[in-house]
Amino acid sequence: MSESETETPPAEPKGGDLVRRHSLVTRLWHWTNLVAVTVMLMSGLMIFNAHPRLYWGQYGSNAPGRPDPAWLDLSGVNDGVPFPPWITIPSHYSLADARLWHFAFAWILGLAIGAYLLWSLISGHIKRDLAPKLPELAPSHVWHDIKDHARLRFPTGLAALRYNILQKLAYGGVLFVLLPGVILTGLTMSPGMNAALPLLVDLFGGRQSARSLHFLCAFGLVAFFFVHIAMVVLAGPINEVRSMLTGWYRLPREPEPMREDAA
Amino acid sequence: MILSRRKLIGIGAAGAGGLLLSGCDRLNDSETFRGALNGATGLNQRTQRLLMGNALAKEFSEADISPAFKPNGSTSVADPAYRAQLARDFADWALRVDGLVKQPLMLPLSALKALPQRVQITRHDCVEGWSAIARWQGPQLGAVLATAGLLPTAKYAVFHCADLLGGAPYYESIDLTDAFHPQTILAWAMNGQPLGEPHGAPLRLRVERQLGYKQAKYIMRIELRDTLAGLYGGNGGRWEDSRGYQWYAGI
Repeated sequence: MSESETETPPAEPKGGDLVRRHSLVTRLWHWTNLVAVTVMLMSGLMIFNAHPRLYWGQYGSNAPGRPDPAWLDLSGVNDGVPFPPWITIPSHYSLADARLWHFAFAWILGLAIGAYLLWSLISGHIKRDLAPKLPELAPSHVWHDIKDHARLRFPTGLAALRYNILQKLAYGGVLFVLLPGVILTGLTMSPGMNAALPLLVDLFGGRQSARSLHFLCAFGLVAFFFVHIAMVVLAGPINEVRSMLTGWYRLPREPEPMREDAA
Repeated sequence: MILSRRKLIGIGAAGAGGLLLSGCDRLNDSETFRGALNGATGLNQRTQRLLMGNALAKEFSEADISPAFKPNGSTSVADPAYRAQLARDFADWALRVDGLVKQPLMLPLSALKALPQRVQITRHDCVEGWSAIARWQGPQLGAVLATAGLLPTAKYAVFHCADLLGGAPYYESIDLTDAFHPQTILAWAMNGQPLGEPHGAPLRLRVERQLGYKQAKYIMRIELRDTLAGLYGGNGGRWEDSRGYQWYAGI
């Protein structure tokens, strides 16, 4: 018999307590996804270098003398190779090798997010942690959170355990828009997949539109990455990284001490 | 030497970045790692074939035809015999079909035009990322192969071309799944006109569920083979041999 049975249940965690934050599945997916997205981005920039122009619609090319209108044309940048070696895989120009990496790591990216979304749905992670509650979506609430973030005033204590509305929107955007978007637009560029799933090319309005959206989704992920890193650094990088490695997170202390202990 | 914390962090970040990059390049050169990546490529081909079945590539309307169609790869042929044929509009030219066939053929352009014709408006996708749409016309490759009659050992159709690319003859190959696909045609006309030299006169392959480098131009001979080994670089195509592009180009 343990003595705890007679004790009152433990009090709600408060600032300073170590609590379980991220499940093992979330942590595994997070780091797998980081590796996959990094390789996809760097090999993707090499693939983009092969034709650094983006179009809308079904077709688009730089036929000599009669180029189709491009909404983004980086072919004049850096002698037509806009993304430099330090940010591409491989670092020397090789479209073939970049494609080899891209279409292998695509399996890791796709299977990982597919499995994670399925687990998140079944385990209740989406409903419990990610889905915004109706009152949170009120403009006044969102504005309040934006102001708090701008002042670097982050939630403390138990409130830090829940995602705030800006986090929910950012994580939801990555999980439900950017990652599925980058994968589906990627598949749409494959002539084989066009035959297998003609609906995809209609959905995105053409292969060249899909290529443009693929690039925009990828840069959405890059933008998320920089904001995410900035927030981790501001919120306490050691605590945040530990929680994503071990699952344990120390709740930030409340700004004022709850009570004064006489020394 | 005193280093500020900012400098140390900078050096650390640059070092980590450098390690990541040189690590990726080292992996890129590792035979084992490339083997794993190539394994995924094989998986891609099998998965696509399973999902596609015999499905057709999307066909477009006249209104979708792109105003310009970028000629790519070789856009002219230096070979004197070819130039002489071009000057005579290929009047006494003939396509050779040989290798693992029951009856080798010599098919003049008139014979190819006399076969049932398929017209299709399809999208051409370059491996580099651009696309162009055109209307193609010609006999189905399957009909030509059926006329010759395949031997049971035949597995690949190899297209031998008149042009040199980077000093070596252009060639391409597809397997029988694609060779007998209804949209796989030997196109002699593009947008209602006989093929021009930049687009592969007198004959080019259209294999619509694969990328541009498979669409061999200036086809002189179709050879049926049981293996791609022992032919030029052994990878089944000029770009595959010289640049390392994948033989299966459905992605």
